[in-house]
Amino acid sequence: MSTITHGYQLIPPRAPPVATEGVLPWLRRNLFSDWKNALGTLVIAALLAVFVPRLFDWAVVNAVARPDNAACRAIGHAGACWGVVAEKYRLILFGRYPYAEQWRPLLATTLMIVLLAASCYRPFWKQWLIALWVVVAAAFFVLMRGGVLGLTPVETARWGGFPLTMMLSTIGLGTAFPLSILVALGRRSRMPGIRTLCVLYVELIRGVPLISVLFMASFMFPLFMPAGMTIDVLLRVQVGITLFSAAYLAEVVRGGLQAVPRGQVEAAASLGLTYWQTTRKIVLPQALRIVVPAIMNTFIGTFKDTSLVTIVSLYDLTGALQLALGDSDWRKFFLEGQLFVAAIYFVCCFAMSRYSRWVERHLNTGARRN
Amino acid sequence: MQATDPIIAFSRVNKWYGHFHVLRDIDLDVARGERIVICGPSGSGKSTLIRCINRLEEHQQGVLKVDGVELSDDLKAIEAIRRQVGMVFQQFNLFPHLTVLENLTLAPMWVGKVPKKEADERAMQQLARVRIAEQAAKYPLQLSGGQQQRVAIARALCLTPKIMLFDEPTSALDPEMIKEVLDVMIELANQGITMLCVTHEMGFARSVADRVIFMDQGQIVEQNTPAEFFSHPKSERTKDFLSKILAH
Repeated sequence: MSTITHGYQLIPPRAPPVATEGVLPWLRRNLFSDWKNALGTLVIAALLAVFVPRLFDWAVVNAVARPDNAACRAIGHAGACWGVVAEKYRLILFGRYPYAEQWRPLLATTLMIVLLAASCYRPFWKQWLIALWVVVAAAFFVLMRGGVLGLTPVETARWGGFPLTMMLSTIGLGTAFPLSILVALGRRSRMPGIRTLCVLYVELIRGVPLISVLFMASFMFPLFMPAGMTIDVLLRVQVGITLFSAAYLAEVVRGGLQAVPRGQVEAAASLGLTYWQTTRKIVLPQALRIVVPAIMNTFIGTFKDTSLVTIVSLYDLTGALQLALGDSDWRKFFLEGQLFVAAIYFVCCFAMSRYSRWVERHLNTGARRN
Repeated sequence: MQATDPIIAFSRVNKWYGHFHVLRDIDLDVARGERIVICGPSGSGKSTLIRCINRLEEHQQGVLKVDGVELSDDLKAIEAIRRQVGMVFQQFNLFPHLTVLENLTLAPMWVGKVPKKEADERAMQQLARVRIAEQAAKYPLQLSGGQQQRVAIARALCLTPKIMLFDEPTSALDPEMIKEVLDVMIELANQGITMLCVTHEMGFARSVADRVIFMDQGQIVEQNTPAEFFSHPKSERTKDFLSKILAH
């Protein structure tokens, strides 16, 4: 029992009693905390010791990097044949785009990637960035399509490979995102007409596989067009992808809207702000920051889903790989080709994922205490 | 009690939530510069009453005029009235993604079309008025509850409203912080602004109110000067209520 004292004295803060930092305490705490944990650590370490050297031998030590078909066949399963990539990389990256003109998709895609990277930087989020996007999108199409400025025309059916993947996902998401915000707001509208329309749109599109949407865009839509009038298949597919991902994004955004407390809207209203001012300045900034991870999840999904356009005979990155592997000399080495394409997808998706983490941290200033 | 030129005039106002009759035949005139405290048990309709004044809630029957304008579905009229009416909420409702200063300048810049520089100056004056100017660059969640509520008062004052509505402004505060908020409200009351305040702070009612209104079950049961209200409550319901809140 402590005795009751009447004098109050401030107790100065002291350091914790046990050292909890350093390599050994970390190892013990995380890898060898009890016998079950230690056993798991040892089993996993043994598996890694067996498989990592084998993988390394296959991918690096015994691998054939030259585009030498005979050497690749000689090495068999003992080593990877990166020669297939060395031989076919231009076909994989640019699809059926005319060989001599492939500098054009390269330049167009580089422009787009540079602008994408610049758009990630928050101080650049100004009006001129939107204008710049319009300019770059126009430049992209002029370069790809040709027919002006002395560039040979290239029909859209021959566009392919990585530029096609980039175009379908960047333009798709760039237009789907604003659309999804409008749809999400519409689903919460007081006006029954608008609300019903938005609910129908989301439920109809979400209830159908993307493959069906692409088929309909590609084959069914032209049946209803007046005779003689055609819309480019690539445009139809682009619209299909946009509408599809907008439906998913709209639900993500709606989740964010619902997480913003009612009091926020009431406070804005009590200050005389209009609906659109409240939406833009108060609701959306808070709603979107809550759903950044979910938005990026949908973005990454859409990026990979663009590979489904192969079913309507457009050769995106994965489609172009199939073209490249159509060569009977190299067909045997499909695994290496798949790994190459998978690596490209992974780099892009990982970049998106890291960027999403960064955005979360940087937008969180106000939501954190201290 | 009839004011000759009321700034707020309820006449036979009724409101329902579904089938629940939440405001019943409300008749109430508020004179310019009058300070009114509204009290009553929870669910008595007192918050709903003041939220009708800036149309955060719609009444369904009767006529409600604020500063001579009748409240209806006319959006323009509602926005004009909201510029004249400041409101302070129980949960502060500051915008967490904006700094304290941005919370204050948002409405003047977007609603009042005031240039940023002038809006900043005005905001700093209001922050000084509630004695919190040094926190202007912080985010709301970095402040204590009492500080947040004072910022909320400053924010409501930035549009120089004619009427201030307080909806239980101290109910969500730690006991240590109630006084700093009440002090600011008392200062404000002494400067002649029209005030309607839903609160259970009876000390505040005694010292600043011109009139105390007691509500129960959607009705105004009794209204009087604070002296009369506390010493000679007329109805049994009021006596019962007062005995419960003044007991401790």
